[in-house]
Amino acid sequence: MNDVVLIDAGGANLGSVRYALERLGADVRVSADASVIRAARRVILPGVGTAAAGMARLRQAGLVDVVRGLRQPLLGICLGMQLLYESSEEGEVECLGLLPGRVARLLPAVGDAGTPAVRVPHMGWNRLHRVAGSPLLDGIDDGAQAYFVHSYAAPVDGTTIAVATHGREFAAVVGEGVRFGAQFHPERSASVGSRLLRNFLSEAIA
Amino acid sequence: MLSRRIIPCLDVRDGRVVKGVRFRDHVDMGDIVELALRYRDEGADELVFYDITASPQARCVDRDWVERVARVIDIPFCVAGGIRSVDDARTVLHAGADKVSINTPALQRPALVTELADAFGVQCVVVGIDSLRDADGEWRVRRFTGDPSRTEALSRRTLDWIGEVQRLGAGEVVLNCMGSDGVREGFDIGQLRAARRACDVPLVASGGAGTASHFSDVFDQADVDGALAASVFHSGAVGIPALKRELRRRGVEVRDA
Repeated sequence: MNDVVLIDAGGANLGSVRYALERLGADVRVSADASVIRAARRVILPGVGTAAAGMARLRQAGLVDVVRGLRQPLLGICLGMQLLYESSEEGEVECLGLLPGRVARLLPAVGDAGTPAVRVPHMGWNRLHRVAGSPLLDGIDDGAQAYFVHSYAAPVDGTTIAVATHGREFAAVVGEGVRFGAQFHPERSASVGSRLLRNFLSEAIA
Repeated sequence: MLSRRIIPCLDVRDGRVVKGVRFRDHVDMGDIVELALRYRDEGADELVFYDITASPQARCVDRDWVERVARVIDIPFCVAGGIRSVDDARTVLHAGADKVSINTPALQRPALVTELADAFGVQCVVVGIDSLRDADGEWRVRRFTGDPSRTEALSRRTLDWIGEVQRLGAGEVVLNCMGSDGVREGFDIGQLRAARRACDVPLVASGGAGTASHFSDVFDQADVDGALAASVFHSGAVGIPALKRELRRRGVEVRDA
């Protein structure tokens, strides 16, 4: 059994997520094979690009129902997190429906005199603020900074574990049961990101 | 709140970091992975690797060193130089880079920006712009700046080009103000303020950093999202931990490291 399987649906950041897990000593496999994914102890759905393209790749690989049916802990990263929701405004696409709600575009805003405007994509290091307890954020301080790159975001609701603010508050880390998501890139968020990945692999998540 | 990014730029030749004096006489600065880790440890928010030999030699970036960096580095990094096609970009992104930056190839064939955005998303696509003020007071774009003997002045106005690359799909713009580059007398605040007004996506200032206060000036006065520099970091003239302390003292939001 592989410790952790990264779902290979053709995204571009597979390598960096794999390296981050390998730095933690995890046994990592990148796969698009349904039986390999189902047998994993942990599954990660990475993703970079658009929601429509991400869903199209999952459908093409025959993995939509595989991901929907997983019972082991699942972590969606960036676009991978957005795909866990019911739908996305980006291309008006139906997503996996594992978390309730709809992903919507971050809106650029012009700053008033003296305050910076909000630029989209939201690109850079921003602070995480916890709104619920979860072992996924063990050892990560309130206000810790993580690296974000995205133009769409999920609403803050009952599944939200941590929020971040860029123009508006949005869900930065989410979890319901064994399904989790990080809107930021843990593989590129230095010690904060590696701690989140380590927590996801730990026995505290089950 | 989003932090302002401090971005060291490393010139790469044959998998080593080099320091050029007026684009020639390159001095070996060390192993790319060691220097990347050093800057990461000091608190760099992002790194840019500029493959200085790829473009003049008309070849793509060497995948090998990109992968070596991606294996060890846990902050984002961008690769510039020698990316002329979707295939070139795919090689670099699959090797583990987070973004690609294109400059002269975008001027030669603007559709490349859209092709990259469609293939990988706008967040992966950085357009670098080399800009210089002409005698008539207009800022205009330069190309082939990697080689002083081939550098060409174009009729394209810098501010027009900033607008156009956003329409084409750029997710970030790096504006290198050639008039202040290498002089270490501060960023070109006037030009960057004008660029900021024309730029709705993240804007990174490049060219002119000499002291910590130059960085706080460019964040305060030009509202840029990041500031890129090379020689002041390589020489140790500005240390990143001290720079961040100074920025924090002046009320600029920066990442703790």
